[in-house]
Amino acid sequence: MTQFLAMGGYAWYVWMSYGAVALVVAAEIVAVRARMRRARANARVATAAAAPPAPRFDPARSL
Amino acid sequence: MTTAALASVDEPTGDAWAGFTWALRRDLRIAVRSKAELGVQLLFYVIVVTLFPLSTAPDRALLATLGPGVLWVAALLASLLSLPRLFAADFADGTLEQLALSPYPLPALVSGKITAHWVTTGLPVALLAPLLGLQYALDDPARYTLAAALLVGTPVLSLLGAVGAALTLGLRGGGSLLALLVLPLYVPVLIFGAGAVDAVRGGLSAAPHLALIGACLLVAAVAAPLAAATSVRIALE
Amino acid sequence: MNWFKYASPASFYPLAGRIAHVCAWLAAILTAVGLYLAFVVAPTDATQGESYRIIFIHVPTAWMAMFIYLVMALWSALALGFNTRLSAMMAQALAPTGALMAFLALWTGAFWGRPAWGTYWAWDARMTSTLILLFLYLGVMALRQAITDVRRADRACAVLSLVGAINVPIIYFSVRWWNTLHQGATVSLTSAPKMAATMLAGMLVMALAAWAYAIAVALTRARAIMLEREAGAAWTRLAAGVAL
Repeated sequence: MTQFLAMGGYAWYVWMSYGAVALVVAAEIVAVRARMRRARANARVATAAAAPPAPRFDPARSL
Repeated sequence: MTTAALASVDEPTGDAWAGFTWALRRDLRIAVRSKAELGVQLLFYVIVVTLFPLSTAPDRALLATLGPGVLWVAALLASLLSLPRLFAADFADGTLEQLALSPYPLPALVSGKITAHWVTTGLPVALLAPLLGLQYALDDPARYTLAAALLVGTPVLSLLGAVGAALTLGLRGGGSLLALLVLPLYVPVLIFGAGAVDAVRGGLSAAPHLALIGACLLVAAVAAPLAAATSVRIALE
Repeated sequence: MNWFKYASPASFYPLAGRIAHVCAWLAAILTAVGLYLAFVVAPTDATQGESYRIIFIHVPTAWMAMFIYLVMALWSALALGFNTRLSAMMAQALAPTGALMAFLALWTGAFWGRPAWGTYWAWDARMTSTLILLFLYLGVMALRQAITDVRRADRACAVLSLVGAINVPIIYFSVRWWNTLHQGATVSLTSAPKMAATMLAGMLVMALAAWAYAIAVALTRARAIMLEREAGAAWTRLAAGVAL
């Protein structure tokens, strides 16, 4: 295991590279999912405000 | 308005050449009215070029190596500084909208404006640079090549810059945004232009470099006015 | 199959969700396989030792940075040609992912360059062109932020993307020209280790993983953009999970 982490003496370069990729990928995924959440919440509010309440069928009215 | 412009009202499609010359003459006339502004831009070029040797040792060999690059980068910056002038004033007072509605083809009018911009910005820089090359211990062949390269290259800067200026019309933070958009596009001209002078300093011919800048100029001369006209219409909507 | 049906955000939204979901899983599986190939199967390189393993993320990110820009330019051309909102939204969604890929390509390239050729940054043609590509991405993103009117932003960014796309080959050629002139005594920076079959396989698998990842992230961002811009339209109620 230590041999794997040491990467033949190049540990700094290899893990700084893979680490950066992992960090950026994770950050991008988190950011996009947060954006989706916010967009959904915003859409909920916006459509509730924009749309009129749905008409309910009242049999009594058709008599 | 000139009689040529009035006459074209009868024809639905304006003559492109007439539109080009009209816009060129108009912009030159307007630029000549504010000679101070043009002088300041040239002075900016001189000052920037003069600053670099002060930041390093005045070693002649070092300066001669740096010289072409510095003189070219300063030309890029001077071009950037003057680009907002291309459309901003006309945009602010509504003239640009009238130009877009006129029977003259908008790319022709834009080409005229770009040419006027080059005559007032790029051309003076190209003529002044050889003189400033003396500060960098450049010998005569290098300085003449510099002038030639700038003469062919600065129109490309004006053409590409016009697209950027049209895209950023009326936006806040326009100047730095314009720089971010346009400087990457300037890279080929910079490389070939500075490379031309370096080649001559190394005893080689600058012909391939100048030919490449010429090719960039041909492509830009055709494509940039169209792109800039499209961008102007986008900004006017 | 009427493709133009999907030009409407309402119909593309669920499709994009399904594709993104599939690609996300594909990306995860391919990454696992690729990393296994990269670290367990691929042998140690004779000249570069273990440091060459960076190639398994450097090359895919560099390829994706270029490829995403081309796709963004394609969507931009469609947006200008057909004046469709969705094409512009797709271009908008791709830019951040492309910029991050370009950044990672530069970062991993620097950390590979140091052990392999002695310096974090060498002005070789590909790295310099990738740096300029990053500037082009940032320019498109900055322009979009600066313009408040959404449709003007769409069209302006489309024009800019296309102008940039036409310039990228010219910039690359000019930088390569400049680089060969100034090569001097420096080692050729474009030399990669001789590819064993396992190394090539690992690189290709990671490249496919990067591709699937980019599709998943970009489509999810596109979905968010669709909801943001079409907020108030009836179809977003379903998406937002509100009962009709």
